Amino acid sequence: MATTTTTPAAPTAVAPAPQPGPRRQLGRPLQVVAVLVVWVLVWLATRGRDTLSLSPADLTPLHRWLNDVNDTVGANRNSSPIFLYFFNEIRAAIDALVTFVQALISQPSFGRPVPVLGWLGVVAVVAYICWVFANWRVALLAAGGFVFLGLQGLWQQSMDTLALTVAAVAISLLFGIPLGIWAGLSDRFHRLVTPALDFMQTMPTFVYLAPLTLLFLIGPASATIATLIYAMPPAIRITAHGIRSVPRAQLEATDSLGATGWQTLTGVLLPLSKRTIVLGVNQTIMAALSMVTIAALIDAPGLGKTVIKALQTLDVGTAFNAGLAIVVLAIVLDRATTAASARVQQPARRGGLRRLLVLGLGALAGVCCYLSYTYVWAAEFPDGAGVGSALARGADAVTTWAQDDLSTATEAVKNIVTFALLNPFQALLTGSPWWLVGAVIVALAALLGGVRAAVTAAACVGLLIGTGLWQDSMTTLAMTIVATLMVMALGVVFGVWMGRNRHADRIIRPILDAGQTMPAFVYLVPFLALFSASRFTAIVAAVVFAAPVSIKIIADGVRGVSVTTVEAATAAGSSTWQLITKVQLPLARQSVTLAANQGLIYVLAMVVVGGLVGAGALGYDVVAGFSQGNLYGKGLAAGMAIVLLGIMLDRIARSAATHLQRT
Amino acid sequence: MTTIETAAPPRVISVRNLWKVFGLKGERIPNSPELAGLSRRELMDRTGCTAAVREVSFDVAPGEVFVVMGLSGSGKSTLVRCLTRLVEPTAGEVVFEGEDILNVDKKRLRELRRRKFSMVFQHFGLLPYRQVLDNVAYGLEIRGTGRAERIRRAMEVIELVGLGGYEHSYPDQLSGGMQQRVGLARALAGDPDVLFFDEPFSALDPLIRRDMQNEVIRLHHEVGKTMVFITHDLSEALKLGDRILIMRDGKMVQCGTGDELVGAPADDYVRDFVRDVPRANVLTLRWIMRPPRPDDVLDGPELGPAVVVRDAIRVVLAAQKPVKVVQDGELLGIVADEEILAVVAGPEAGS
Repeated sequence: MATTTTTPAAPTAVAPAPQPGPRRQLGRPLQVVAVLVVWVLVWLATRGRDTLSLSPADLTPLHRWLNDVNDTVGANRNSSPIFLYFFNEIRAAIDALVTFVQALISQPSFGRPVPVLGWLGVVAVVAYICWVFANWRVALLAAGGFVFLGLQGLWQQSMDTLALTVAAVAISLLFGIPLGIWAGLSDRFHRLVTPALDFMQTMPTFVYLAPLTLLFLIGPASATIATLIYAMPPAIRITAHGIRSVPRAQLEATDSLGATGWQTLTGVLLPLSKRTIVLGVNQTIMAALSMVTIAALIDAPGLGKTVIKALQTLDVGTAFNAGLAIVVLAIVLDRATTAASARVQQPARRGGLRRLLVLGLGALAGVCCYLSYTYVWAAEFPDGAGVGSALARGADAVTTWAQDDLSTATEAVKNIVTFALLNPFQALLTGSPWWLVGAVIVALAALLGGVRAAVTAAACVGLLIGTGLWQDSMTTLAMTIVATLMVMALGVVFGVWMGRNRHADRIIRPILDAGQTMPAFVYLVPFLALFSASRFTAIVAAVVFAAPVSIKIIADGVRGVSVTTVEAATAAGSSTWQLITKVQLPLARQSVTLAANQGLIYVLAMVVVGGLVGAGALGYDVVAGFSQGNLYGKGLAAGMAIVLLGIMLDRIARSAATHLQRT
Repeated sequence: MTTIETAAPPRVISVRNLWKVFGLKGERIPNSPELAGLSRRELMDRTGCTAAVREVSFDVAPGEVFVVMGLSGSGKSTLVRCLTRLVEPTAGEVVFEGEDILNVDKKRLRELRRRKFSMVFQHFGLLPYRQVLDNVAYGLEIRGTGRAERIRRAMEVIELVGLGGYEHSYPDQLSGGMQQRVGLARALAGDPDVLFFDEPFSALDPLIRRDMQNEVIRLHHEVGKTMVFITHDLSEALKLGDRILIMRDGKMVQCGTGDELVGAPADDYVRDFVRDVPRANVLTLRWIMRPPRPDDVLDGPELGPAVVVRDAIRVVLAAQKPVKVVQDGELLGIVADEEILAVVAGPEAGS
């Protein structure tokens, strides 16, 4: 009863129109605190009632119905026209593409015991391409990196991952760049496509795997499509951005000379946005690589599969070896495309010597390809280097040592966070009656974001209850919020430091950049070694995964505060602390809220992946749905619950940001 | 300076009641006497639309340098873009060599832009990945001129604007003034009938700016193109313009020669504007002469009415008697020491 009176009171308290500023700014935090206090008080009284708990094996009617849908679709896959003429065709086409690329570099093909190109051929071609489009340093790095993959004993898995990535990137760019150009040219299409892209990118990668398997079966086709969904938005978005940021002056000048639309596109728009578009290609490749590894959950071949198998058996050594291979692949692809985009803008120098070199080295690469096609030694990576097993053993040894000898320290950290922060919070969220949590969420949304945020939040809460996974959702929410708080703490500390100190920025930023190029999965491995399987492991992995984004955004925000304002404040005699708290952070608050928003999305994506290492809750439901037929529907519902959580948190954070801006 | 006031003046461009309204449903505003009468601010509050250009009319004669002047936000840049439809006007007509270009289709408009107009921009609008030569030849390339021919022509214009020797440089290797010379060369390469300048020198240093102004005057003498020149700088307007149109809040305030603006400002806004102009450099004797009084001695030296005061100072002060202002043998008035001093020492001190 108490809540039903507080909730309606909240919106009316915000709504009273334009009261003078100070009163409002003072009022809102107090109101938020009041809501939280009321929550705790009511929780004490009603603990354990109406919590909507559901044991891991139980199903709701919705889950059973989804199972039935799955069965029906399975039964009709080869008779229903939608499948025969649409989904199955797409699957066949994508399968054909993937199989073709695999035949080239990774799988025995065309009646041969080995792929068309052996390791020598692949290394030579990759190095040659890197040299032509980037520079010789990157070429060396690429050759070294690929040979290392072979030495690790993971040549075939790596090539499978590469093949899938290449196929997905090819399709993404084939559609993404023209769509991006269109979105760059047409305001209407841009408006239309932006929310769709937002949605595609804010959805945790994990969740569209299940619906896709429904349509395209488990296997490379679904994996490629999932990868497409994740990797195409950057291509579209960045191409559109590139086209849009071509300076007006050049466009007008071209217009005034009487250029046709096509002449403007080829003469001005594309040349001037080439560099940005190549950056988009870089983002697409990195996103694709990251997703291809996660798609191992639906049976995508490659390194991801090795990692998942190892994670599920808690075999840290093997997971580390395969994770390292993913990292190597990521570094090579990232460096190569970044260097290529730096090269793009320099006016082409067409020296005769370079042309000779291009031809000569091309011929050399051709010879290597021929050798690897003809001779076994150049086709199959020679075994016996044993680098892989040595790495695995080393990682195992470190793990054992960490778990035996470091356990006092790691356990302490783990326990402090778990008992002081996570457990009480989780108890509060999962132990409160659903109506109480729902009311609190809606009230906070109304206070922070206004009426529209409150409506969205209410809808999301309702739908969450509908999924039948309320309590699991609350557990995941608790982990997400704890991890986000940690991310923001890191973000503010490092962000302010980097924003104020160019030296720190120069040193830390490359590390963060490198961190961001790693596929989400890889982060689980070291923390699994340190903290073994638990919720805390998932949280730490999520924090490490999400922190770079938030830190960079805050650093840029702090750096972006106008120099004159800072100078004026310094001249007025502010101490460093006053400068930070009264000038730089408040002026950068838009960046801070953006950082919180992005951090949240990243954390949510990762906390779910954490389901693999004992984080339980929604992540576990999704993973179990892939492997056990009778849990399929529940997994799908869990996926929806994750999306709902994401939308809810994202909307509240966003409207809170615009709200803040207006006051 | 030439003032064209014949009965049926020849004109290249003739603009009538031109409107440009930005915002939703802007086209209703020129048609509604009530809305059209509102001030810019009121219009914004009432309709959410911004009227950038309001009911502007003027003519440009062949070979004339016509300057549009106003402060930022006065609508002058929008006006010049409306003339070539880089910005689509909301209402009115723009007649170019007898053809209302607001009614021509896309193809014809492109043709006009390729052959008849060209424009020089404040921020140059050069393509960074092309050499100077290819930037200058760009317009010719667009209209489909063969490579040999367009390079020959481009080299010619590059020489004309004084950039010889830089044809293989890239724009970012040149200074601002030189980049604008490239922009000028690009505009001249197509041999257009009319050149539009949108604040071409605002982004340049004062010294470079003066050089470029002189360059434009020189080019105008050499190639004799009709020019429409946008600026916010009054001294630039007075230096270059045969006639000057002053705009404020999208409306025309006054249109006339430099000495007309200084000698007979239409309202306080213009008066304020021209206050600091060195009047002796702009006003002609026509503006300061007075009718002869009976006691005047009328055998002093003679000067024409279009002589600028600055050039007359020495003659008037040296003469013992008042100077007669004579046109075609007819005495228009006389100028004595007092009149000259009133101009040189300022109006307040004089009267």
